[in-house]
Amino acid sequence: MIEIRSLNKVFHQGKRAIKALDDINLSVSEGAIYGVIGSSGAGKSTLIRCVNLLERPTEGSVVVDGVDLNTLPSNQLTLTRRKIGMIFQHFNLLASRNVFDNIGLPLELAGVNKQAIKTKVDSLLELVGLSDKKESYPANLSGGQKQRVAIARALASDPKVLLCDEATSALDPATTQSILELLRKINKEFNLTILLITHEMAVVKSICSHVAIIGDGKLVEQGAVGDIFAHPKTELARQFIRSTLDLSIPADYSARLSDTKTENSYPLVRLEFTGASVDAPIISQVAREFNLDISILSSNMDYVGGIKFGLMLAEFFGTPESTEQAISFLKENKIEVEVLGYVA
Amino acid sequence: MSLDMMLEWWVNNDRLIDLLITALGQTLAMVAIAGLIGFIFGIPLGVLLHLTKETGLLANKATNKVLGTFINIGRSIPFIILLVAIIPFTRIIVGSSIGTAAAIVPLTIAAIPFIARLVEGALLEVPAGLVEAAQAMGAKPKQIILKVLLPEALPGIINSATITLVTLVGYSAMAGTVGGGGLGDVGIRYGYQRFDAVVMMITIVILVVLVQAIQSLGDYLVKRVDHR
Repeated sequence: MIEIRSLNKVFHQGKRAIKALDDINLSVSEGAIYGVIGSSGAGKSTLIRCVNLLERPTEGSVVVDGVDLNTLPSNQLTLTRRKIGMIFQHFNLLASRNVFDNIGLPLELAGVNKQAIKTKVDSLLELVGLSDKKESYPANLSGGQKQRVAIARALASDPKVLLCDEATSALDPATTQSILELLRKINKEFNLTILLITHEMAVVKSICSHVAIIGDGKLVEQGAVGDIFAHPKTELARQFIRSTLDLSIPADYSARLSDTKTENSYPLVRLEFTGASVDAPIISQVAREFNLDISILSSNMDYVGGIKFGLMLAEFFGTPESTEQAISFLKENKIEVEVLGYVA
Repeated sequence: MSLDMMLEWWVNNDRLIDLLITALGQTLAMVAIAGLIGFIFGIPLGVLLHLTKETGLLANKATNKVLGTFINIGRSIPFIILLVAIIPFTRIIVGSSIGTAAAIVPLTIAAIPFIARLVEGALLEVPAGLVEAAQAMGAKPKQIILKVLLPEALPGIINSATITLVTLVGYSAMAGTVGGGGLGDVGIRYGYQRFDAVVMMITIVILVVLVQAIQSLGDYLVKRVDHR
């Protein structure tokens, strides 16, 4: 549905040329929810803006539903854009129009008659659950409600593709989930292809079927979400996966942590389970076989696309030899082990 | 200058009262007509200024530069000089270089660049994201102007109208120079040149009330259309 080939974008700042996108190739099949994740400044916003040509690529082609947008004359492009919906981080609703008129705007632009607009807008209001707010102005809505209005507006002209530019980044976690739920619903109901960009791995994890990771203007990794979580090839991918599992050492532990082992101090280890790890009740096995007592400090395990992964902080109480053996056993089972220090 | 004195004066000066009423009518006519025509030309100019900016929808450096220069020239000529400098032009337009109608021409000429700059400023307040959203939903440039930019900037544009009308009230005081009449002229000729402090006070009071009325009406309208 969306085919991006050898896309380059160079910005000129004074005499300096800044390469924002570097040879991007991306293919989004019909009905997919495709996530592009990257840190701020990685070029993800530029990428999504190139898909409907809000930003003209310097080189390369963008084909949406079989049409190469870059070759269209501007009036044709305007008409083609009506089949590509877009929502934004800051909603971009018109303050001068109420909810009903905001949603009806794309239809008004297309010259649809009043009665048809009313029917369509009413059904969209119902879809996004805002029928009681149709007379309200955006200023009186919460962030989540505003994004719902924006989604309804984007759907008004029955697009085949929906572009989401950091659509949940200005929302709190609960509202984010409800908006993602809505996106999933319209994806199923209308077989709508969704391309979204985000800096939150949690968003990708919860709705995307495919993900691409962008860093420094380049796509460093892409594939099915499960595969990427299972076998992250790059450090950037690993970082994003880890970011969904916030695991830090408690303050009073780090105060007692020292780099060297003394008498009566025991190692604090971080275990990282990835898709490659052997799926077995490994912790209790280790405890039994090596005569270790294991105290789990914190643990965060998750399950994405059939893959179990996670992080764990634990203290190993045992003789130095048995601890050594336990660690190498864990490593044999493809669990990454890092000794963070010794706690007295 | 007590209220009693003004009241006493009011009772004893039928002729001057007629004069003041006529003058008020002239002031209102000058301000309203110059304001109206000023907006008819000034708003499109302001829109054009905004659109042709480097980051604008119809970016065109040359047009923007030329337009900006003309507007700056218009705005840098002191009104009292403009009033007499364009007398030949005024004569072509209204057939005479004296009278209220003749004063309206320079007032309008002064209003147009003033309004254009204010409207440009009002349009600048519209978040760029809204124009992008409209582009993304397939709006043509004309639709973006009429359905997004102008409605979104309406509170600012009404505010500009208020400022313009108040400024025109001030400018209209100089219309006496070309025999345009108006309250300012009465103030100068009767109040200043004939040392009639009461007439001076009364014209000032009327002008103050007029300006207050324009400002209040403007504020009320802004409040009604502003949903931000």
